[in-house]
Amino acid sequence: MRAYLPAYELVVTRTLEDALALLRDEPGAWRPLAGGTDLMVLLEAGRLEHRKFFSVRQLAELRGIEESDGHVTIGALTTYTEVQRSRVLAREFPMLVRAAGETGGVAIQNRGTLGGNIANASPAADSPPALLAYGAEVELVSSRGSRWVAYADFHTGYKQTLMQPDELIARVRLPRPREGARHFYRKVGTRRAQAISKVCFAGLAELDGGVVREVRIALGSVAPVVLRCRRTEALLRGRRLDAESAGAALEEIAKEIAPIDDVRSTARYRARVARNLLAEFLAPPF
Amino acid sequence: MSDQNIGKPVPRKEGRAKVTGAARYVDDLAVPGMLYGVTVRSHVARGRISEIIFGDRIPWDEFTVVTARDIPGANAVALILNDQPYLADRIVNHAEEPILLLAHEDKYLLEEARRAVRVEIEPLPAVFSIEDSLAKKEIVWGEDNVFKSFLVEKGNVDEVWDSPGLVVVEGVYATGAQEQLYIETNGVIATASREEGVVVQGSMQCPYYVHKALVKLFDLPEDKVRVIQTETGGGFGGKEEYPSMIAGHAALLAWKSGRPVKMIYDRAEDMTATTKRHPSRTRHRTAVTRAGQLLGMEIDFVIDGGAYATLSAVVLSRGTIHAAGPYNCPNVRIRSRAVATNAPPHGAFRGFGAPQSIFALERHLDKVAAAVGLAPEELRRRNFISRGETTATGQVIREEVDMGALLDRAFELSDYHAKRERFSRENVGNKIKRGIGFASFMHGAGFTGSGEKYLQSVVGCEATAEGRVRVLAASTEIGQGTNTIFAQIAADALGLDYERVEVVRPDTASVPNSGPTVASRTCMIVGKLVESAALQLKQTLAGAGLLQEPYTAEEFERACREYIEKNGALKSFSQYRQPEGVEWDDEHYRGDAYGAYAWAVYVAEVSVDTLTYEARVEDFVAVQEVGRVIHPVLAAGQIEGGVAQGVGWTLYESVVWAGGRMANGQMTNYIIPTSADIPPIRVHFFENPYAGGPAGAKGIGELPMDGPAPAILNAVEHATGVRFDSVPLTPEAIMEALEGEAVKA
Amino acid sequence: MKRGDVSETPGEANETRLDAGRARGSADEERPGADAARGKVSVRCIVNGEAVVLHAYPLARLLDVLREELRLTGTKEGCGEGECGACSVILDGELVNSCLVPVAQVLGAEIKTVEGVADGERLHAVQQAMIECGGAQCGICTPGMVLAALSLLERNPRPTEADIREGLAGNLCRCTGYMKIFDAVVKAVASSQ
Repeated sequence: MRAYLPAYELVVTRTLEDALALLRDEPGAWRPLAGGTDLMVLLEAGRLEHRKFFSVRQLAELRGIEESDGHVTIGALTTYTEVQRSRVLAREFPMLVRAAGETGGVAIQNRGTLGGNIANASPAADSPPALLAYGAEVELVSSRGSRWVAYADFHTGYKQTLMQPDELIARVRLPRPREGARHFYRKVGTRRAQAISKVCFAGLAELDGGVVREVRIALGSVAPVVLRCRRTEALLRGRRLDAESAGAALEEIAKEIAPIDDVRSTARYRARVARNLLAEFLAPPF
Repeated sequence: MSDQNIGKPVPRKEGRAKVTGAARYVDDLAVPGMLYGVTVRSHVARGRISEIIFGDRIPWDEFTVVTARDIPGANAVALILNDQPYLADRIVNHAEEPILLLAHEDKYLLEEARRAVRVEIEPLPAVFSIEDSLAKKEIVWGEDNVFKSFLVEKGNVDEVWDSPGLVVVEGVYATGAQEQLYIETNGVIATASREEGVVVQGSMQCPYYVHKALVKLFDLPEDKVRVIQTETGGGFGGKEEYPSMIAGHAALLAWKSGRPVKMIYDRAEDMTATTKRHPSRTRHRTAVTRAGQLLGMEIDFVIDGGAYATLSAVVLSRGTIHAAGPYNCPNVRIRSRAVATNAPPHGAFRGFGAPQSIFALERHLDKVAAAVGLAPEELRRRNFISRGETTATGQVIREEVDMGALLDRAFELSDYHAKRERFSRENVGNKIKRGIGFASFMHGAGFTGSGEKYLQSVVGCEATAEGRVRVLAASTEIGQGTNTIFAQIAADALGLDYERVEVVRPDTASVPNSGPTVASRTCMIVGKLVESAALQLKQTLAGAGLLQEPYTAEEFERACREYIEKNGALKSFSQYRQPEGVEWDDEHYRGDAYGAYAWAVYVAEVSVDTLTYEARVEDFVAVQEVGRVIHPVLAAGQIEGGVAQGVGWTLYESVVWAGGRMANGQMTNYIIPTSADIPPIRVHFFENPYAGGPAGAKGIGELPMDGPAPAILNAVEHATGVRFDSVPLTPEAIMEALEGEAVKA
Repeated sequence: MKRGDVSETPGEANETRLDAGRARGSADEERPGADAARGKVSVRCIVNGEAVVLHAYPLARLLDVLREELRLTGTKEGCGEGECGACSVILDGELVNSCLVPVAQVLGAEIKTVEGVADGERLHAVQQAMIECGGAQCGICTPGMVLAALSLLERNPRPTEADIREGLAGNLCRCTGYMKIFDAVVKAVASSQ
């Protein structure tokens, strides 16, 4: 343990209202701690720079999975384990369930939360590509009220988000995809479990008679943020899915991503695998 | 001697303590008044220390601070050349080199203090690769950067190259560093004072190595230094030499503070600062007839020793001797060198140089086979060594060896031929390419050459008045089963129940020096001494007229009681003696390199995903001849564990170096195989009792590390049609090879 | 410069009861990094069936508190980053890495460590099978592995080999190559049916 522990604070608030009051009274001073699966790692390494935290784990208001006609809404504190146990998610959002099952081991899945994963804003996170491909929206709450933002706009730069200092992630809302849509998720992390991804791909496509009606493509670990590949999508949308359009998409995605070399992989590998996975996603039979 | 325990899966001696959490490892212990200790290390790979600055806001008067100036004896970790300082004084030769030690009772404040020390170092040019070291780009050690070199000559290899009708095959092979990654990090607790001497307890493989190092460090008489091994959470070689360093550091802090000091590395420090497997580079040049008979092998084997000599000379020795494998080749020259770089010293890791040189050979032989149009197994069959033939060092094989039978069994268990054919056929058009490959190899047990003769290991056996038997040895239980097999061996030698025998915790104050727990020697060499010490105990009782065979446990107990009443104690000691006819010439590196070899053929089946370039091992068969199996479950566990480490070394474990330091020193970024990554491993033992081992057993601990890497890469070549000659074989490397120029950055 | 004593003693003056709603202690401006410093807190919870009160800094790792406050040293530290599983405990019925759980979050929780697995002298089927099948070598991953296996069997009493591999994938073992651990889980399943 390389942190100077006495310098850190963690308060446990009883209600969401208390938590939001804390954020309101000292904006920027307090940060939420949910499952701890990211922050506690930084603490151990002596690299947790922020000192004052409040626990959100106990806030019942931020739990639960609800269904409505057009959406499924997931509480920010939903753990990866809870994601995997949800019938509606398994049925309609298989990429999210798969991402949850490939995040860490069982012990991590029992603690890590969807909201925490979003807030941590790591470009290598496993669930965000799936959320992007599903067109997720995120609800931010504060003592001023609540607002919904498109998740695709949420990450503004490396480890940066559009959240205000007094806001907390409350829920995630996913529009229900059409039946028969193609869901393609692949995390590439070299070993089968407990890996941090080198490339993570999530794609959702809805076709009408061979023509792309809607497509959303997202990639992790190929840019400073988890990336929604809007230009590649735009190129495909409304076009017949064939070798020609797929080829154009492959060229476009190479320009849209900006992978780097780091201790986990190389830019060349990431670029090539991203391309291969897109090709696989777009490959027949549809 | 009875046969009621050996060969049976008796319960592991400390098994219950381990599954209930009752086993105490060093970090589980606390001593009243204890301080915690930490190390301040170099942040540059090579340089001159100009200043040490103690930052503000730290109550330095409360801290114990130790520098090189505080060392009472010699500032060198005693090992082979004694060139590595405990604390750098003016010059640092690698990043992470220890410079200063701090102790305080508040471990959180201690970390704050460690961060507040700034060491100013003027950088000097450094060397980071084998090539740069050999090219003497900078002289960083001695006169030529070479710690040690060997030359092995058999026949006259210079004369074969021009013979008519020969095929000459060349190749270059490389292996990377590998972190041992025992799950328990290095740690010790020390107490020390001039009056009481130095006592260290901790996680280690070799208590007497630590003892020797502390005697020199403190300039104390031997009986003023005591080293006790605590339960040890894995070693794999990583706790062979390094504990001498951390023990010395904790003891220096204890000496200066007058308080007990606990020093436990966190994972990041353990990974970046302690030893790893030596990276290697091997060149092969082989002369083979068109019929596939090996005529000449010229091998140039180089390992990267890091900044100090440490154990590199002996790692090199084992790697050199194993470089020509289990083949009968009339003309062999092996030239080898261990060179210096400015990486933290590389050290012992299961296999000790042999996995590196065997990897090169077994990859190379597949290439040789292809060059003469033979199947890989056919080339090997035509050259396997057998009884009466000689190894590269000229050692005549005296035991029965049937490598062909091992190969047959391994192929049968793996369905090799059918799969080889089927995969070749099915791979066309499949995105997942499959392949199967193998490696055949041997591994010598015990110290190399005259090593055991110099060690003169001793084991004791003691009986109590209750007829219980205690084995006294410094050989450590580090998970491999020392306690269990020693008890089995002693129990059978005495015809007693396994439960009647206990193995005493290694403590240099109470056990004789049975040598280090390394080199696959614990079972074969030390186990044999356990057996003879136990037999001697029985003879003592028989000689005193107190015991006659056959006897019951009650009779044994009565005999012990009567003997002890009359003579005070009942103990016997057995010392190693080199078996008759074993000769080794240290100067020319010729003769009987090892008392015995274990022989093996391993088969790996792989898949390579052409979307992600990830290679996985799908199935693994390990067939070996190991003399006699003492404990079937423990023995299979050794093989499976070694294979898993081999799979890791081959496909997953990549040390990323940046300026001479490990950039991925975290378990998150240095990835070892999980339970989801290891294929089914099927282990089969051939038994052929070896007279020099207890009940016929040979050593097996290191053997399984040798085979996986070449077997897996041979299988990857089968799957992809591409030759890969270095490990780790990462998906990035596979991508570059398969896609080549097609990839745009 | 004199270091304050807050970091040293779990003195009453510096303690705040977490169940009072919010934990706040008194800052000590002289201590290094004292800008946000607060004292220790008391946390009531149940460990291996016994009610206990833990005293620790609120962000202290449950791992350290179990080992140092309660002397339950069966829970091991292997990596400190949730990667190896050596520190696994069961928290409110779910397997967690105790190195990633801040102690302030276990208020009112039920915790089971390896010391609470056996029924007195009687080993749990998983423990017995680990001994018989050779699933424990050096033993340092074993407590976490036992709890991971226990937790797996609780949810899935008849796991397939794939279930076992997946269920234990967060617990790294460097000795066994996992085969003997799989054997042990299979045997524990058989022996408890």
